[in-house]
Amino acid sequence: MRSPLGRAVGLGSAKEGVEHWWLQRITAVALVPLSLWFVTAIIRLVGADVDTVGDWVGRPLPAILLVLLLIATFWHAALGLQVVIEDYVHAELTKLGLVIIVRLACFALAVAGIFAVLSMAVGMSS
Amino acid sequence: MRSADRPLSPHLQIYRWQLTSVLSILHRAAGLVLSAGAILLVWWLVAAASGPDAYDGVADFLGSRLGLSLLFGWTLSLFYHLCNGIRHLVWDTAHGLDLKSTYIGGWLVVGATGVLTLIAWIAGISSWAS
Repeated sequence: MRSPLGRAVGLGSAKEGVEHWWLQRITAVALVPLSLWFVTAIIRLVGADVDTVGDWVGRPLPAILLVLLLIATFWHAALGLQVVIEDYVHAELTKLGLVIIVRLACFALAVAGIFAVLSMAVGMSS
Repeated sequence: MRSADRPLSPHLQIYRWQLTSVLSILHRAAGLVLSAGAILLVWWLVAAASGPDAYDGVADFLGSRLGLSLLFGWTLSLFYHLCNGIRHLVWDTAHGLDLKSTYIGGWLVVGATGVLTLIAWIAGISSWAS
């Protein structure tokens, strides 16, 4: 038997989770328009050469939307992959290691993508 | 009791497949495909920023049979995960959770995924041809 207050302040055995769940939803909502925009934009670039692609990426609106797409994508991916790992990997150390690797890889890939977009936006690409 | 001795559910050997569980498994599978596809997106962007040689390498790969197959799988996964993700967001508002709605929503997702993938590829191929 627990009092209503005890239930409310207790965080359960997992201690956390609401923020993970909530951020996965926020990034999901952001990705609905961003991914639809990306597909329609990329279709128009099929077969384009590097200069055409660079000019397009470097324009303000595509550059901003691409950076937002990269942030939302890799944030959403890191959260989703973490759930998959936690569902199937039960050895604590392996699970911890994989979650760390996924987090770092998603962060690194997002930084690489954002840097590439920004370098085309400011015209420092070769 | 060692955890390995515990019975596991569902028993996949005798499990009767149904739309709802298949779509749930596919949602996760599509998410994994899209995570891999996101690496391709970064590779494409970094190559475009690096110059013609690097970019032509990516473009040649994406235009190859393997590259086009990967792009098709990526498109299919994207539209599926997108449509089914919207279905999940609707569920999060506590709507459409009865059995009939989950089946109607499920088939809607399957149909929308097919239609959107088809439209994207028709548009892509006509953009390539022009």
